[in-house]
Order: sequence, then C-alpha cells, then structure tokens
Amino acid sequence: MPGGDRSTPLLDRRLVVVTGKGGTGKTTVSAAIAVLAARLGKRVLICEMDAKGSLAAAFDTGPLPFEPLQVSENIWAMSMNTEDSLREYLRLFVHIPLVGRIGVLARTFDFVADAAPGVKEILSLGKLCYEVRERHYDMVIVDGVATGHVVAQLSAPDAIAELIKVGPVKDQTRWMQDILQDTSCTGVVLVTTPEEMPVLETTELIGRIASETQVDVAAVVANRVLPELFGRSEEAVFDALGEGAALDLLRRTAGESVDAVLDGARLAVAMRRSGAGHLEYLRQNVPPGIDFVYVPELFNRSTGRRSAELIADALGEELL
Amino acid sequence: MTAVVTGLDALLASKEMVLVCGSGGVGKTTTAAAIGLQAATELGGRVLVLTVDPARRLADALGLGAAGVANDEIRVDPARLPGKPRGELWMAMLDTKASWDDLVVRHAPDAATRDAILSNPLYRNITSRFVHSHEYIVMERLHDLHASGRYDLVIVDTPPSRHALDILDAPARMKEFFGSRLLRWLTVPARSRLFNAASKPFYQVADRILGSNFLKDVAEFFVLLQKMEAGFVRRAGETEAMLADARTTFVVVTTLEAAPATEARFLLGELTERRLPLGAVIVNRVLPESLGALAARESATRLVEEADVLARELGPVVGAEPALVSRVLAEVGARFQDFGVVASRQAERQAELTALCPLVVPVPWFEQGGDDLSTLARIGMSTWGRTQ
Repeated sequence: MPGGDRSTPLLDRRLVVVTGKGGTGKTTVSAAIAVLAARLGKRVLICEMDAKGSLAAAFDTGPLPFEPLQVSENIWAMSMNTEDSLREYLRLFVHIPLVGRIGVLARTFDFVADAAPGVKEILSLGKLCYEVRERHYDMVIVDGVATGHVVAQLSAPDAIAELIKVGPVKDQTRWMQDILQDTSCTGVVLVTTPEEMPVLETTELIGRIASETQVDVAAVVANRVLPELFGRSEEAVFDALGEGAALDLLRRTAGESVDAVLDGARLAVAMRRSGAGHLEYLRQNVPPGIDFVYVPELFNRSTGRRSAELIADALGEELL
Repeated sequence: MTAVVTGLDALLASKEMVLVCGSGGVGKTTTAAAIGLQAATELGGRVLVLTVDPARRLADALGLGAAGVANDEIRVDPARLPGKPRGELWMAMLDTKASWDDLVVRHAPDAATRDAILSNPLYRNITSRFVHSHEYIVMERLHDLHASGRYDLVIVDTPPSRHALDILDAPARMKEFFGSRLLRWLTVPARSRLFNAASKPFYQVADRILGSNFLKDVAEFFVLLQKMEAGFVRRAGETEAMLADARTTFVVVTTLEAAPATEARFLLGELTERRLPLGAVIVNRVLPESLGALAARESATRLVEEADVLARELGPVVGAEPALVSRVLAEVGARFQDFGVVASRQAERQAELTALCPLVVPVPWFEQGGDDLSTLARIGMSTWGRTQ
C-alpha cells in the first residue's frame, strides 16, 4: 500500500535518497524511480554519489559530468564531485569566484575534509538540497550512497552544526536540516534483495537511521524477488510428476532430458523458498508506515535503460 | 574417464597470506571463512581468518558471538567443526579503533605525544575515515599476524571498499599522506603565527567557511600526527612490500551478475597491471550447467508448447485434473527457460573471467540451511581440486 495515511507517497517527495548494499541493484532502482516520476511529468535530477559510473550505464550514456546532463525526457543526470561542488559552493555562498588554482585548494580541502566529520558530506548533499530548495527540479534522486555511509551523510548537517559555531557553513546547516527533516519532502529508500546479508543490513540500517538521524525512511524495495512457482495443489502435482510411472511417461513424451528440467524447477523452488524466508524476516522487522515494495526478478538484462523501464513498470504497479 | 578439476588446494598449500577481495554482497566473508575451514581441515597447520564484520549467524556459528572479541585471536572449538580437521582454525575480527590505538602507541615518539593524540577529539573521527584507514589497517594487521610466526596461513577478508583499488592503494597513500607538502601546509598555523605567503590565501578562505577555531584544532592534530611520520612511513613501506611478496596471493570473489562481474574484471586487470600476485577467482552462486544444456532446453520447450496434450495423458497417472497438470508443466518449462537464459549469460561471464585469471573456481548455489558450518564446509569442499 503506497503512502498509507501517515506519510507522503514516495513519488510526491522532492528529495529521495536511495541506498542499499552493493549488488542489490540500487542504481537500477534509482533510475527506475526517475523514469516513473518522469512519466508523471515531473522534472527529475538524478545524481550518482560514488563515481562508479553505474548510473551512466543505467541510462546508456557516457560518463556523467557534474553539470546535469539531460538523458531523456524530463530526466537530468549528474555525477557528484567534491571539487566542482566546492567551487560552486564558494561562488554561491561565500561569494568567492575561483577561476584557477582550485586544484591545490581542493586537494588541501580534501585532507581537511577527511579529518572533519561532515564537511565532505555537507558539500555533496548540500548541492542536492540546494537544487531542492531552489526548485530547479520537481524531484531530486540521490543514488549510490553506500549503506555504511548513509547515516553519516544524512546527519552531516547535525555534526557540522555541533562542531562549527559560527560562519556561513553553520547557517547552511540550518536550511539543509529543514529540508532533510521534512518528511513530506525527503525520504530514504532502502534497496535489498531477498538474501540474508542484505536483509539483515537493511533492518539494522532502518534502526540506525531512526536513532541517529531525523530523516524519514519512505520505502523498502525488495528487488529481484523470485516468482512463486506453485500453489499447494500444484506442488503436489509437481512432486508426483517427478517419480514412478508419471516420470517414465514424461521421459518418453518430452525426452530423457526432462529430468534436468525438473531439477531446474526444484532449484527454482528452493531459491524461492530461501528468499521467501528472508523476505518474511524483513517484513516482520520493517516498522509499520514504511512502504514495502516488491520488484520481481525479471530475468532480463540487469543493466541499461531497458532494465530501468521494466523495473519502473513493476514499481509503478505498487506505487501508483 | 576421469577429468581433473583444479581447485585452490595447491595455491593455499604454497602461500602464507591470502587477501580475499571483491565488491560487496558477493559472499566475500563467507568465502574467506569457508576456504579457511577447508585449509585447516585438509592441509592442516594453523589457519587464521581475519574478518572485518562477520554476519551475526556466521559469528555465532564460529563461536565469535561473545562481546569484547575486539582484536583477540580465537581458536574455533574443534568440536564445532564438521569432520576431523587436521589443523586448527582461528578467527580474528578487526577492530579499527583498537588497531589505530595500537599503532599510535607503537609509533609515538614519547608518552606526551601519545596521550595527546589518544585524547584528541578529532582522533576518533580520523581513525575511521582518513586515507582509507580501514583498508590500510587491515593490511597492517595481516602483516603483523604473519610476522608473529603463530600461523601457517592467514586469510583476510578485506573490507568492502567504495572502490576496488582502495585496498591496493592504501599503503602508498598512507606514505604519501605523511610525506606530503599539504600536511606541512595544514600544520603551519599551529607551528607559527606568521603564515607563509603561499598558505595564507587558503587559510583566509578556509576560515571564512569553517570558522578559525575549528581549523586550528585540525592543524594541531596534524602536528601531533606528523611527529609519528618516520614510523608510519617505514611501516607503510613494509606493508606495501608484503602485497607483492611471493608468499602472498590475491583471491577475487564475485558472482556472475553483471555489476559484480564487471568490478571483478576491473580488479583482475589492475592486479595484473601492478604485477601483484593473482591467485584465483572464486565465483559464487553459480547455476548448474545443466540449465543451459540443449537437450534439456528442447524438453522444456515441449513442456510449454504441448502442455495440454501431455497433461491429458499424465492427468490420470498422477490423479489430478488435466488443467492443473497442464499449468504445472507449462510453469516448469517456462521457469527452466528463464533460468536457462540466466545460466547462459553466467557461462559467458565466467568465460570472460577465465581469460583474465588462469584459475577460476565455481561454487554452486547452495540453499542456506540453519547450520552454517556445514554450509561453510560444502562451500570449502567445492573450491578444492578433485577428479570427476
């Protein structure tokens, strides 16, 4: 059930932060949310945070620059880069136009930023909050924040506000906090697959986001859920087909290799069952009020625009 | 006719340090534990698996669940292990904070510096973040454990990095950080009230952004850190040399999904480029080859296309309505076709990996049971050489 009565539906939020363990398909899900929102006529900015290039692959484009690049109707994509972000920040907020020489400054800044909690985060997330504040886009999607990093990312304005008592950075943390902590505006989406480790990490992360940040979790997306093969009566028939006279008959009519086909179905049932157990655990441990969205295993290509479109279809069935 | 399947046995018998790397979510920790168990069982000797963050169930299964394990090395109770292992299996978790404290204690020139660093408010943050400290510290520990002479084989489960190269670059970056002009620049305001002409503009900008006190705190911290330069640079150099040592081997873990396989190919290319000792690729969750077999595909097609006809004959035999039987047959056939496509795609990706590494070890998809150690043992066994 999308939204419920408690919270703003995911597609109505203006800042969507997508995170998830590596390999769960978070970039494809981010791209699919963008596609879905764009289909509704929204202007969407999607930003890759980890510079891995997988967002570019999701839209079948070349490397993404810092300056948003239109990748399809209503969708602009960019790649976060601390140096460019620092340059823009200095120009917009400190009113220091820097033309040359930023290389040394940026590298020096990198060292300071590594030491100072939240500085880098505030520059990258700050850029995206700025786009939300200025209403340049209807929706801003943040893709590729690692699960281990998302709490630090979201609480960066709090950390900075604690460390730095005065100055422009301090002021900036206030409006960022306003945007991030507004549940009708900002929502986190956690992407997982029905496997043990990603599921455990997802439930732990929901707890940490609740206790260490003031940001709302909008949805959990269970990606690549294998379809249920059989109901109970069908399963009995399947078992009966795999033995005795029925199996002999099958071998005669469908060929000796039908054994391998039955083995394949058994494997599919086992995989589905293993995944269903993990999903059940997840369902029990996701607090009420958070959307729980299934995306089926599509057995199609796992990257590229085609995949984003198909997953958008699947998401649309649950979210619209 | 027997065919010999080459596994990890020769590699693990001849090496002393194994770095298990790969992208997140591919089963790296489980794989590291499984090959550790297998080596202890089959090769004997003392085998230690150093892991960063084991899943709770794995930790419990190995008896690591107790709090306060920190940096201790713990022998896994032989009674827990399946079969009769020839050797000993040891586990250690990596506590980054404790390891950093250890380094500071070792390299601080005097007690005052040591205490000043350990009590610095920025220190905790720094240790968990700067210059890939996690990646660095894990190799530092590996170096230490190997040099201790307590183990025949040390296997490390490398931390999940944002970038595959972080783990390879960490020692060099640590050296670079301590030797850099930038670090000296940063420490200027704490060393002298007279800023030099070069760094002055930076501090003016930085002060306006960050507030001057904050930056002063940072600079003071770096001054303390700089006092440990000599020790750190020497250590980082030793750790770097260890990576290229003939007794070290890299094992890359991946699955055959698109993203992890791409990352694995990239990592293999980099290892080769840097002339680091590449040992094997372990491919997890491989679907059975029979899913791609031509004859089976034909059978599956027949099940889908002739489901109604077959069901009329089969219905009475299994005692069910033909419509129901037809549905089951069509579903079985269709699902086989789906998985068949995935299996062929996987086979292609495995072939691509084989071109980049002479030893590619497939581990089949296992249904995860409640008993983790027996799953570990099955995974371990499937990485071993055998005749078929």
